[in-house]
Amino acid sequence: MTSKNEPAATRGFYERTGKYRWVVAEWMMSTDHKRIGVMYLMAILSFFSVGVVLGFLIRLSLLSPGWLVGQQTYNELFTLHGIIQIFLFIIPGIPVAFGNIFLPILIGAKDVAFPRINRLSWWLYVGGALLVITSIVIHGHPPDTGWTFYAPYSIRTPANISIAVMGVFVLGFSSILTGLNFVTTIHRMRAPGMRWFRMPAFPWTLYATGWVQMLATPVLAITLLFIFLGRFFGVGFFDPTKGGDPILYEHLFWMYSHPAVYIMVLPAMGIISEIVPVFSRRALFGYLPVCLSALGIAIVGYAVWGHHMFTSGMSDTARVIFSFVSFLVAVPSGIKIFNWVSTLYKGSIATDAPLLFALSFIFLFSIGGLTGLIIGALAPNLHLHGTYFIVGHFHYVMFGGAGFSIIAALHYWFPKITGRMYSERFAKMGWLNLFVGFNILYFSMFILGFQGMPRRYFDYPAEYHMSHVISTMGSWFLAIGLVIIFANLIRSIFKGEKAPANPWGGKTLEWSLPSPLTHENFEKVPTITRGPYPYEEEAR
Amino acid sequence: MSTETGYIDHKGKKMAMWFFLFTEILFFGGMFLLYSIYRYKYTVDFHSAAAEENIILGTINTCVLLTSSFTIALSISFIKQGKKDISSVLQLATILMGIAFLIIKYFEWTAKIDIGIYPNSTVLLTLAKGEILFFGLYYVMTGLHGLHVLVGVVVISFMLHFTRTETINRENYARLENTGLYWHFVDIVWIYLYPLFYLIT
Amino acid sequence: MKEGYAEDHVVATGIYAAVWLALLALLAATIAVAKLRLLAQYSVLGSLAIASAKAALVLAFFMHLKYEGRFLKSMLSLAIAALTLLIGLTFVDVWLR
Repeated sequence: MTSKNEPAATRGFYERTGKYRWVVAEWMMSTDHKRIGVMYLMAILSFFSVGVVLGFLIRLSLLSPGWLVGQQTYNELFTLHGIIQIFLFIIPGIPVAFGNIFLPILIGAKDVAFPRINRLSWWLYVGGALLVITSIVIHGHPPDTGWTFYAPYSIRTPANISIAVMGVFVLGFSSILTGLNFVTTIHRMRAPGMRWFRMPAFPWTLYATGWVQMLATPVLAITLLFIFLGRFFGVGFFDPTKGGDPILYEHLFWMYSHPAVYIMVLPAMGIISEIVPVFSRRALFGYLPVCLSALGIAIVGYAVWGHHMFTSGMSDTARVIFSFVSFLVAVPSGIKIFNWVSTLYKGSIATDAPLLFALSFIFLFSIGGLTGLIIGALAPNLHLHGTYFIVGHFHYVMFGGAGFSIIAALHYWFPKITGRMYSERFAKMGWLNLFVGFNILYFSMFILGFQGMPRRYFDYPAEYHMSHVISTMGSWFLAIGLVIIFANLIRSIFKGEKAPANPWGGKTLEWSLPSPLTHENFEKVPTITRGPYPYEEEAR
Repeated sequence: MSTETGYIDHKGKKMAMWFFLFTEILFFGGMFLLYSIYRYKYTVDFHSAAAEENIILGTINTCVLLTSSFTIALSISFIKQGKKDISSVLQLATILMGIAFLIIKYFEWTAKIDIGIYPNSTVLLTLAKGEILFFGLYYVMTGLHGLHVLVGVVVISFMLHFTRTETINRENYARLENTGLYWHFVDIVWIYLYPLFYLIT
Repeated sequence: MKEGYAEDHVVATGIYAAVWLALLALLAATIAVAKLRLLAQYSVLGSLAIASAKAALVLAFFMHLKYEGRFLKSMLSLAIAALTLLIGLTFVDVWLR
């Protein structure tokens, strides 16, 4: 630990500032983006673990329906699995954890534009999480509608929907404020010389994500309010007996929830864009298209929500339009994939854990994306909607994509955040289990779905049994992989070797700072004179 | 740019407020979406339900809000010229007009509730489907709007206090300007609500 | 617009007053259009157009948008375009069912 004689600014940001008597108060009242980011990181990883356990139980139940839980509990399990993984882990996910810790540093700033609003976002996250947890534990049923809260069932079910929906509303507000903060930060707080096209790719994706958070989340907010009003005051906007239309609920819900998946995946792609150049010692190929494709994905992704509703009763014209636009969004996504692969080509590859997870992202997200094209096409969708094919698809893109990216980031930035190195051997061991287990668990779902197995079903005919067993066994390997990975990281926080400032040879601003980071980001505000990935220039 | 000082500058604060207003556009937008779809589906019912509205009170409320936008815009002009007393009077006028709006709204709502028209009431459920939706939308949209007016009144009151204590002054008036932006937005929402609920008979 | 123009610039009281009077005049117009059925079946469209004119005046002058930079104006258009897209595509469903 550094000595108390050093000025506060240059001590590690974990060290006490002495402002408050209790350390909990010092952290909860902090407006330091690094502390807020670390608290968020601990929270999202904890909720991820809870969500994994729920998923584990779902798979166990499906071995032999009825042996572990009954039908009602099964419905609650998949609902909570969805709510927790989506609203408490993956949507806040990368922006609130790695975005908070690293965005200001990557653009050469002291902190975000509005540090106190950042703290408010954190408090709102905690509040929203508590409300969601309350809906699970208090008297009555935990939510059982699926994470999508479809009306009219969500209006009529006696489960604790109102509290859960209030919790998600508060979480949404937290997300909106984070997006607003980040977009303003990028506009007004860049260091001298840090032009838009000298910013690394990760801030670009946070920028695009921030706009999606601002322009899509409010639609979810009003929709959740409608559920609440329907339950408490009998306002029947989605109730056919009162003239309402349940399909309008689906429209409003997916108007947010589709852009939401881009909130999940855009920052994840940004992280891959950071890792691949460092571990191939090459500039990011096609830097400009990669940055602009983030904006492209955000914009096009705003117009495709109907592809979640192809079997709901929408008009044919609408379905054709949504299907066509859904195909378009593959273009900017493809641009990123091709540019990453081109960056690796003829590079000097270092096969450390961050790159291993990043390569897995490219492979798994591609599978997820390609299956997305299959279900984006209108005709196949009519057969595959509501089946396990969908479940396989979104786990490949969300878990194989954003999830693996988070694990990649954990390893990449571990030395910078903790000042220590993890064990490379155990990281690779964990990766192998995770990767193999993941593919067994989720690829079986494509087969199940193709054969007609519906999703969210507690029970099923005997012909699907073998695939379900294989899938569940995959989940055991996956769980072992996760345990190895997290045990390695946790142990290394306390027992890992001390890390140098720049163990990977990165060129972005965080690697010019000490490990771990200090209270003040920069002793002197840097002046930027070059792009973010100058590997080729420096090699000449 | 703000990086030299490490703190966000005036332009950034204003930008952030505009961003917040964009989120409000989408928030109210969801309700306008429902209104437009259901109006298209139940045109006749919407017309007959709108006849129940009190056009005189609605028009007075519109005048009140438009004038309150005028006064708060002026209050910012005057603080930029350092005229704190005139600015304070104008802010107070805005607050009073906001309260007047809410009082008139209260009378409108109670008039309806007295004749049994409110969400899920037995009277309401006997009406045609489009009429049930119309009144549901009426309560939700004017209710949320009214809530925003109330929040605005409270915030302007704080700004008035800051103006009196000179925390807000000709160099530091971003808070007041942003409050003005919020208030104008609330006015604009009403500018659209008014014809949609009162004038479509 | 040079940096800081929007911040330094003070709108004259006279302009604000003119805008206010114009808003009240538009209010009278919209009532006339509705009550006197001036535009027959285009009453609703007419009322909404007048409402948009009022909103535009509030945005341009009271909210100072006329004097702001290109960025804010285009981002406002983006937000409005987003909402229009959402309502529009939903209508493509409902209208053509």
